[in-house]
Amino acid sequence: MHEMSLCEGIIRILEKEARSQGFARVKAVRLKVGAFSCASPEAMEFCFRAITRGTLADGAILEVERTPGKAWCMNCGETVTLAERYDSCPQCGTYELQVTGGDELRVTELEVD
Amino acid sequence: MSHARIVQVERDILGENDRLAADNRAFLASQRILALNLVSGPGSGKTTLLVRTIDDLKDRFPIAVIEGDQQTAFDAERIRAAGVPSVQINTGKGCHLDAHMVGHAMERLRPQPQSLLFIENVGNLVCPAAFDLGEAGKVVMLSVTEGEDKPLKYPDMFHASTLMLLTKIDLLPHVPFDVDRCLEYARRVNPGITMLQVSALSGEGLPAWYDWIEQNRLNAGAATAAVSAAQGS
Repeated sequence: MHEMSLCEGIIRILEKEARSQGFARVKAVRLKVGAFSCASPEAMEFCFRAITRGTLADGAILEVERTPGKAWCMNCGETVTLAERYDSCPQCGTYELQVTGGDELRVTELEVD
Repeated sequence: MSHARIVQVERDILGENDRLAADNRAFLASQRILALNLVSGPGSGKTTLLVRTIDDLKDRFPIAVIEGDQQTAFDAERIRAAGVPSVQINTGKGCHLDAHMVGHAMERLRPQPQSLLFIENVGNLVCPAAFDLGEAGKVVMLSVTEGEDKPLKYPDMFHASTLMLLTKIDLLPHVPFDVDRCLEYARRVNPGITMLQVSALSGEGLPAWYDWIEQNRLNAGAATAAVSAAQGS
């Protein structure tokens, strides 16, 4: 359940931003979670609710935007979209793929007051 | 009356861990220490292979070990009995090591310059994949008693690893494990992965594992030398 550690990381980011951008409460947190990012959005939501109790983000909504996995197919010579890391190229069926996107795990935007 | 407003942030959730991992990596490079992060599910034979490796290599160069487990100091005691310094990290309820824990463990352990540092992660094929510790590479171990489809079931870990060690190969005559299929699955998630087959019990395949370590120790030194030369120029 490493999502708990990831959510602790979110709280640290919120606390830093609260100091630098001058807000006291967080009402919503928006994340980008890539298809290959080692984090399950469902587990993130569960852990976020548990870990934000009594913090500046108590009761805040977590909105997760899932971003697709992208890879460069060496055989086709172009970028393709993958659902899973172990998928073959949807065009040529080979596994000659270098992952180029979908690893992100980022806080993008906050709603605060 | 609400004063709600939107704030743009754009911060990596793992940013703090990655920053501490970069500090660890810089320290290791300055000391020309090769650090390997050993990852696997529980029971793949990590500690047994580690003890055998230490026995065989400790006269060639200094070795130190950071041991991660949820509880007990059993593994660190096994490593110290093998004759090298070791520090145990107990993660409690935690399922992985992070760069912060490893940074503090290195302060306690004080590995020697040009040594080999093994970081034995918590037995878990999921969570440790996400956390950079500052190591030169992750070495994933898979035993032939586990099943050749593990690279597809746990793709993040096999993707994150540089080397796969197939362990307990002395048991191959007794178990239905397809080595070629396992390698094919691993290459689907990581086309560049190297696989070596070893047995800590019979010693089969260990010379290739030791050669791999020696080569990477040289590379660690050479990479650092190149960085020093660039900084000096």
